[in-house]
Amino acid sequence: MYPEYMMESIKKVEETRPGRLEKSKKYGKEVFPHMTDKERGEVLSKFHPDYKEGARKEVRVGPNKGEILTTEISDLLESYSRINPKDFNLDKIDYETDVLVIGAGSAGMASALVAAKNGSNVLIVTKLRLGDSNSMMAEGGIQAADQRDDSPTMHYLDVIGGGHFDNKPELVQALVSDGPESIKWLEELGVIFDKNPDGSMLVKSGGGTSRNRMHSCRDYTGAGICRVLRDEVYNLPDKIKYIEYSPVVELILDDNGQAVGAVIYHLETKQYSIIKAKSIIMSTGGFGRLHIRGFETTNHYGATADGIILGYRVGAKLLFMDSVQYHPTGAVYPEQIVGFLCTEKIRALGAQPVNADGELFVYSMEPRDVEASAFIRECTARKNGITTPSGLCGIWLDSPLIDQIDGQGTIDKNLPGMVRQFGRFDIDIRKYPMLVYPTLHYQNGGIEINDKCETNIPGLYVAGETSGGVHGRNRLMGNSQLDLIVFGRRAGLNASKRANNGVKIGKLSIEHIYDYEKEVADLDINRKKIAPILLPDYIPDHVKQKQITAEYFGTLI
Amino acid sequence: MTENRMMVRVQIMGESFEVPEGSTIIMAMEYAGYQLKRGIGCREGFCGACATVYREKNDYKIKGGLACQTVVTDGMVIAQIPFVPAEKPVYDINELTPDINTIKAIFPTVFRCVACNTCTKACPQDIEVMDYIQALKRGNIERAADLSFDCIRCGLCALRCPAEIVQYNAAILAQRLYGKYLSKKNPQLDKRVKEIEDGKYSEEINELMDMDREKLTETYYSREIKIS
Ligand SMILES: Cc1cc2nc3c(=O)[nH]c(=O)nc-3n(C[C@H](O)[C@H](O)[C@H](O)COP(=O)(O)OP(=O)(O)OC[C@H]3O[C@@H](n4cnc5c(N)ncnc54)[C@H](O)[C@@H]3O)c2cc1C
Ligand code: SF4
Ligand code: SF4
Ligand code: FES
Repeated sequence: MYPEYMMESIKKVEETRPGRLEKSKKYGKEVFPHMTDKERGEVLSKFHPDYKEGARKEVRVGPNKGEILTTEISDLLESYSRINPKDFNLDKIDYETDVLVIGAGSAGMASALVAAKNGSNVLIVTKLRLGDSNSMMAEGGIQAADQRDDSPTMHYLDVIGGGHFDNKPELVQALVSDGPESIKWLEELGVIFDKNPDGSMLVKSGGGTSRNRMHSCRDYTGAGICRVLRDEVYNLPDKIKYIEYSPVVELILDDNGQAVGAVIYHLETKQYSIIKAKSIIMSTGGFGRLHIRGFETTNHYGATADGIILGYRVGAKLLFMDSVQYHPTGAVYPEQIVGFLCTEKIRALGAQPVNADGELFVYSMEPRDVEASAFIRECTARKNGITTPSGLCGIWLDSPLIDQIDGQGTIDKNLPGMVRQFGRFDIDIRKYPMLVYPTLHYQNGGIEINDKCETNIPGLYVAGETSGGVHGRNRLMGNSQLDLIVFGRRAGLNASKRANNGVKIGKLSIEHIYDYEKEVADLDINRKKIAPILLPDYIPDHVKQKQITAEYFGTLI
Repeated sequence: MTENRMMVRVQIMGESFEVPEGSTIIMAMEYAGYQLKRGIGCREGFCGACATVYREKNDYKIKGGLACQTVVTDGMVIAQIPFVPAEKPVYDINELTPDINTIKAIFPTVFRCVACNTCTKACPQDIEVMDYIQALKRGNIERAADLSFDCIRCGLCALRCPAEIVQYNAAILAQRLYGKYLSKKNPQLDKRVKEIEDGKYSEEINELMDMDREKLTETYYSREIKIS
């Protein structure tokens, strides 16, 4: 339950609710004016965390040397490997495969299924278990322009406008054109989409969209998709093998500069093994666990930007790694769920963001970065937020409005996960609003790909959150889940074709590590700084001081 | 986590630690000095990696829960279940029929359910697990898919089942059968896929791709918005 003083503020929210409800019955979501291009620019430059002093800095090593990137990314790129090439004999191969898939979220598993179908033998290696990923956590939905009053063209406009026109056009074209087919593919695998009684898709709008095109599986959309892909992977044991708890710590090149394998590290037995592959698909997801600018995150435990590091070390170019997505609505109360996602679907269903006095202050469906910045402005410059007992600030997301707009039971039916999440801590979101503040959510940029998911390194394909270019500098809701399927499938097909065509693999090598480390050493960077970090470190300092012989080396060893 | 808060004493695998009040089991283990490598995934109640059994002070019952969602209490005794060695039958979804015969062939154990309701009591998602197993027993795939929808595959039900049923694997089969065969299909989707294949939108999209930034910005901000 909320403490007394917060209940006072909730009373004000309740007082303004009937008026807001009336407006919303008349105008739908249009109860507050949209921002103009100029207003968007202003709120972003003043309040978005990316624009704060120190948020970005120059990276001094590797293929993007000299570019300004997110500070935490530049720092992470300027680091050493956890292995020394001289300790490895690459003539001794532990596993050999046609297609190696790194990371088992939806992008990775979709690519594995397509590659297997196309006749390749596939090996998936992943950090935790199959499906332990951001993919499994998506709540709100997946976009695709399949409705009568919609078109891939409108979808294209929304995606590229949401991304501030920086997106790579060929990637947006691929995303929107493969959209409906991807939904069909998923349905044929057995994904259950929310539907109207006549069988038509139940679609909602999302921030920055001009049509209702967000498909959902209740508020377990990511799980609804990811668990089906995983079940299908389990069903193909002859074509798809997998190794769990074994993150990749370096990629292997051959003497022609092709990506031809990977070194994996078993988190528990601490053994390293060598994999040789004809083509490689990188699908390691995002970076929330880097806690950029100290933000809490919605991301899963293994989201530590590994793919970016691995790709960069072998020379893959990064794109848009200067922009970070903060989801406007992360929970700030109760404390056990701080940073957790309150899905955008809550706003899509009609919940309005209001301040401590119960007043509207922003259109509820601005693109994410704009919406998040407006929330930050309300809490900081305007001081209209609500402070929690542990000192965090938030604004209200007036969820009870949903049932008042669409009838009792709407929340239960559409947001069971959210009701459960808050209910576990005695907050009934059907009766009381949710306190929210932006939370670190999504890696907008990544390794640059083309519409075949190829990179500048032959043999290295990238799909999903760790790729860069599809969403420009700001992704819209529901387009990532689509991206995973569209580009996961494209990566699977193209990687498999390459493997089937018989690639000539030269001598295996990880000597590139020496060259990269030399650049890092020239900057006088502490030898102890290693990446990928594999897992975040949440052990408190007073305990660490007693872990005298243990070392935090990406993982605690 | 602030240092000046109240502490509680818990036992993790039998060993005693003092941890901040209000911590979830995962937070408590990390506070105690564990870097978790198993039994952890999303940390938000969506992946089912963190199944845990525990007993509370002055209680003889061993309960199950998700470590990322369960708050510790003073005197709690905790053990994680990082893996359930349950059987997963392999099938080709394209070869199946969405009816009781498929359930009989792939999950014969379902028919041994003794309706003891232990699984429902064990489920941290408050799913009517027994009811979905009973629905499957009757061949009611739709109901089984509906009731089991929020299952996150934590394994706690199967661990407790006296009839050795792996409920969550039966659930995903029911869901896939429903999604693929039984849910009402949407001709508009097929129509759009065909339109795209036939190149209906290619020209429009190419036009947008060729636009300079200024024109594109203008087109974007003047686009018609039709949402509800
Ligand atoms: C809480 C939440 C809600 C979201 N809701 C939505 C939504 O409603 N709609 C939408 O479109 N998008 C949503 N997103 C975004 C979207 O779900 C993610 O961007 C997407 O799932 C990323 O998929 P992926 O396959 O690229 O990566 P992931 O699903 O994160 O998978 C990456 C995999 O790689 C593994 N891995 C990482 N490092 C290594 C390594 N070194 N070696 C081997 N394996 C490794 C990980 O363990 C994991 O299995 C949401 C994200 C979150 C976190
Ligand atoms: S049905 Fe079983 S596996 Fe699924 S969430 Fe409930 S207890 Fe866990
Ligand atoms: S625990 Fe097993 S036997 Fe008991 S109701 Fe559940 S499925 Fe049936
Ligand atoms: S860690 Fe995913 S459900 Fe607890």
